[in-house]
Amino acid sequence: MNSILKYVILDIVKNKIVLAYALILALFSWSAFSLEDNSSKGLLTLLNVILLTVPLVSILFSTIYIYNSSEFVELLVSHPIRRSKIWLSLFAGLSISLVLAFVLGAGIPLLLFADPQKAVMMIAVGILITVIFVAIAFLCSILSRDKAKGIGVSILIWLYFALLFDGLVLFLMFQFADYPIEKVMVGITAFSPIDLSRILILLQLDVSAMMGYTGAIFKDFFGTNIGLFLSFLLLVLWVAVPFSISLKKFKNKDL
Amino acid sequence: MIEIKDLSKQFGKLKVLNNINLHFQKGECIALIGPNGCGKTTLIKSILGMVLPDNGEILFNSISIKKDIAYRKHIGFMPQIGRYPENMTIGQIISMVKGIRNSDQALDEDLYHRFEIEKLLDKRMCTLSGGTTQKVSATLAFLFNPEVLILDEPTAGLDPLASEILKEKIMAEKAKGKLILITSHLLSELDELISQVIFMQEGHLIFHKNVEQLKVETGVDKISKAIIHILKQPLA
Repeated sequence: MNSILKYVILDIVKNKIVLAYALILALFSWSAFSLEDNSSKGLLTLLNVILLTVPLVSILFSTIYIYNSSEFVELLVSHPIRRSKIWLSLFAGLSISLVLAFVLGAGIPLLLFADPQKAVMMIAVGILITVIFVAIAFLCSILSRDKAKGIGVSILIWLYFALLFDGLVLFLMFQFADYPIEKVMVGITAFSPIDLSRILILLQLDVSAMMGYTGAIFKDFFGTNIGLFLSFLLLVLWVAVPFSISLKKFKNKDL
Repeated sequence: MIEIKDLSKQFGKLKVLNNINLHFQKGECIALIGPNGCGKTTLIKSILGMVLPDNGEILFNSISIKKDIAYRKHIGFMPQIGRYPENMTIGQIISMVKGIRNSDQALDEDLYHRFEIEKLLDKRMCTLSGGTTQKVSATLAFLFNPEVLILDEPTAGLDPLASEILKEKIMAEKAKGKLILITSHLLSELDELISQVIFMQEGHLIFHKNVEQLKVETGVDKISKAIIHILKQPLA
């Protein structure tokens, strides 16, 4: 496994996009903290930037990278190596390099400027979001042989989670405003890794008081250790489920 | 050595392989021939585990290839069109494959030297011509001294000199008692090499015969002529 992983990471590093991504993240983070005198405000700004850009870069870069490695995969399958190993090495290679870019770009300023507990939480969420969208990219690219279609699907998925899902939730809240839907809302957030992460961070920032009764319910659930554990478990499931479906499909694919 | 039992494969509605039964022994040099799209490459890819058959099974040394991927250690494969990661150099590809194979056996660097690959090690795969890519494929196929060599259109795209080197190499390996499986359209090139012929058409196995037997039956002295002789007859 290590021998393939080495070449995957080498190849990604040589492709300077990941480097540029780390630099842009660093630029955003340093400016967010330097422009705001209050580190909590800086954290909030950074949160929105991270929740928008990290999923986009992770899913798009990975999808295109997987399509471009079709030759690499083809070269390897005729050799004595398990298909699952090839797929896992690709996944690990992409995840490790994107996570590294995130930690170097956004993690260092976070640790320097923000409250350590909040910074660690934010880094953990950023890492999970990166890996989740890499896993979703694997699912997108195995569903279709057509590169344009696969990339299109991954853009749509990003659009859905980053923008449309919030709209849907807002729509539901207005429609059912007369009913006690606060507890249902907690459940609905499980369907979007981005929203789940946003709530996890917001509750760390003591701004949940501004979210009214819903905020209180969220705090009741996500504020507890069990809630925190459950939400991290959910995020891990967002990695495991898409990736294992793609792995199963890859094992039965004709090359 | 390799046994294929009732192999069938369908792509959509198209039946690419239809109940193929074959048996390959050591020391044979087998030509797999047939018109375009008759299922030759699919058959080869099934043996390599790149295409997963719908039905039937393939045994390598009496072990099903589904159960154990270790059999691929004993196969050297040269694809029809070698597709390699564009950003990797020849040297990186060779050392990566060495890492995967992890073989402690002595490497067979004959082709490596004769094709002068060592001069090209720093070249990226996307800058190579079709012929040079074929040379890399051939070098990789022979490098690990495999017991079975599967060559898909080996001489297509190679210049006459390289093609001659490759043919000599195939002969030398055949003399060592290895199983060699070749597909080619250039029938005249095969004459000196092969000992058996497999003819396929539209996913069906038409025949699997010894060259001698084929020549006697058709009354001609060249394989190419014998095949044309058969093609002209209505198939029973």
